[in-house]
Amino acid sequence: MTKKPWISLSGIGLFAVLLLTVAPLVLSDHWLNNLGKYCCWAIAAVGIGLAWGRGGMLVMGQGVFFALGAYAMAMHLTLETAGDRVPGFMVLYDPLAPLPMFWEPFRSAGFTLAAIVLLPVVVAGILGYALFKRRVKGAYFAILTQALAVALATLISSTIRETGGDTGLSDFKYFFGFVLNDPANRLMVYLIVAALLIVCLLVVWQFYRSRFGELLIATRDAEERVRFLGYDPANVKLVAFVVSALMASIGGAMFVPIVGIITPAEIGAAASILMIAGVALGGRASLFGPALGAIAVGWGQSSLGSTWPDGWTYILGLLFIVVILFLPNGLSSLPARFMRRARPKPPEPPAPAIAAVELEEVRS
Amino acid sequence: MSNTSKRMRALTATGAIVTVALVLAGCGARAGDDAAAAGSSAAASCVDTSGDTVKLGFLNSLTGGMAISEKTVSNVLHMAADEINADGGILGKKIEYVQEDGATDWPTFAEKTEKLLTQDCVAAIFGGWTSSSRKAVKPVVEKLNGLFFYPVQYEGLESSPNIYYTGATTNQQIIPAMDFLAAKGVKTLFLAGSDYVFPRTANAIIKLYAAKLGIKIVGEEYVPLDKDDWTSQVAKIAAAKPDFIFNTINGSSNVGFIKAYYDAGLTPAKTPIISVSIAEEEAPAMGHEVTGNFASWNYFQSLETDTNPEFIKSWKAYPNSSGVTSDPMEAAYISMYLYKALVEAAGSFDVDAVNAAAKAKPITFDAPEGKVTLDGENHHISKPGHIGRINADNQFDIVWASDKFIEPDPYLEGYDWFPADIRKQLTDAAG
Repeated sequence: MTKKPWISLSGIGLFAVLLLTVAPLVLSDHWLNNLGKYCCWAIAAVGIGLAWGRGGMLVMGQGVFFALGAYAMAMHLTLETAGDRVPGFMVLYDPLAPLPMFWEPFRSAGFTLAAIVLLPVVVAGILGYALFKRRVKGAYFAILTQALAVALATLISSTIRETGGDTGLSDFKYFFGFVLNDPANRLMVYLIVAALLIVCLLVVWQFYRSRFGELLIATRDAEERVRFLGYDPANVKLVAFVVSALMASIGGAMFVPIVGIITPAEIGAAASILMIAGVALGGRASLFGPALGAIAVGWGQSSLGSTWPDGWTYILGLLFIVVILFLPNGLSSLPARFMRRARPKPPEPPAPAIAAVELEEVRS
Repeated sequence: MSNTSKRMRALTATGAIVTVALVLAGCGARAGDDAAAAGSSAAASCVDTSGDTVKLGFLNSLTGGMAISEKTVSNVLHMAADEINADGGILGKKIEYVQEDGATDWPTFAEKTEKLLTQDCVAAIFGGWTSSSRKAVKPVVEKLNGLFFYPVQYEGLESSPNIYYTGATTNQQIIPAMDFLAAKGVKTLFLAGSDYVFPRTANAIIKLYAAKLGIKIVGEEYVPLDKDDWTSQVAKIAAAKPDFIFNTINGSSNVGFIKAYYDAGLTPAKTPIISVSIAEEEAPAMGHEVTGNFASWNYFQSLETDTNPEFIKSWKAYPNSSGVTSDPMEAAYISMYLYKALVEAAGSFDVDAVNAAAKAKPITFDAPEGKVTLDGENHHISKPGHIGRINADNQFDIVWASDKFIEPDPYLEGYDWFPADIRKQLTDAAG
């Protein structure tokens, strides 16, 4: 896709400078923390860009993987805060019962970090293998992933003593030994999130320019042809799906120390769709589109949601419709459009197969 | 070849970024050195009262499932602020309020609390309804040393130097309700609640007290806050035939519960309900099917006190008012005046000065429910206990009243049936 790698690479470099040095210098603590939260969604969005934008898999339930990372992290931080006692919220519901078995290993920092990485890989691996080998795709795949997010959110809501239920897990004092209230440590947590986002961008950049990236697009646009060429599309999709799940999990894990609370509402159907909305707005198949779209939606929610509490969702919905109708490749395709218009008669690029697929998907 | 070197470059760049991030990690406080943590976390307050105004924050869900209840609280807070402004303000400063939307989403409550305290620099925040929203706000106000005034009855077992609770704690609402049931000779009780902090905790306390009173709990059912279908749970209630139903359901889920109750052929005459979340505001939404059932509150519109008629009159005349007064909105009204009294006693808007004033001498306010007194140690207020019975006008006939104002006791220290080891676990976990 990108003929000149240095353009993308310097773009990532510029983004890194903005996030890691400019933002901490110019933003107040509150907005820096908010930016950290948007970065968590952006990390998940980068993964969605890979799976949906490049791989054509409409992953409507990334909240599931976001939750795996988030709850693994939240359980560890809750136990770190509680010390050797049973966490306070459990005492409220059943005063004398012991800590549930599955919480016990999350005392260990190493186990928690391993869980954040391995849990989504294993879950997405099994799920993806079962679905892609059976050639489940399109709307069926989208509905299935969405249903999983709803199911998980309901499960968490209804197990109040084990997971904190609808109230969620909150009130974390420490982050792997660091006092979370300390502004220096909050800056550190922000920088870790921002750095992880840059790393994720570098990873997908590497993917996009590799042969795997070509194969992924080929699978998206003409799965049968890829099969006839001797590749198994299921394996190609599986890799992209697992990587996107891993990114969602990392985003979820960092959401917890940044925001200080995780509830089922952040992982359910609405939250999962909001993640998709950001990706679509930004431009799902581009490198920066998903991340910038997620950050823009997050910002809109914080600031426009403050000014017009009732109106914000309508604004988002309207923007979404406008983009889908007039800018199917998202807001990040605007500059390229302008350039094409400004230059006198450039040779028309061959019509990309994506256009047809896109329309097909929008209609269905 | 060139591909490999590029890959190397990308990896080096990645490594460099991660290293920078982790080097910066070295400077923050770590667990254990609490002195350092305390020093750096007590960020200087940015509250500016040098002009002739003081900024206050209102944090209510104006959207989402709780909006129907919380908009009323927001409205009455505006009314109280307008009244105080018309009367000269607090310490001669007019109240300037910043309204934020909690959107029935607990992380949003946390985010907006931080925004109000650090961006808008408000001197205090008023609002919240569900216990989940309060639990999201608590760590933030404690971290930033802000003030939060919470106006709704709740499950108790909490206190914070940064929160003032103007709704009832358990010994001012749940325990009076149980005393009323025991006095009525109730032998069997069924517990129905929404599935979140308040009903779960309230029911844990009800079960302990019921054992002491000799009331048998014949069943316990929960439905998530956002679900309305109670059919199968009510079928269990009908089968268990309890003397009374204790209802800790919150919000619009009550409508579904009452409908299922009626459809199952249950009646207030045979299987009455006592609720702790249905007030004047909610009763009309349930239709005449609730007539004859009971509710336990501290304030009812039908209360005859010196200040209540004036309060009802002001509220009915206020723009966008619902026309009826209820307990949570009255508690919100109290919270604004309590803050005024605290600041005037302290002579300052400073959080530590306000907290010191609360401890120095009893702060009182002539509320619509009667003269309430603040407990400076646990930040709750004394309240009268009342049981009302819903009449055909959706108002409550008072059928029981506590003989005096009940002192707040959030950790139930004055009740010997509440196990000391549980109290210790809870205070340890909170501390």
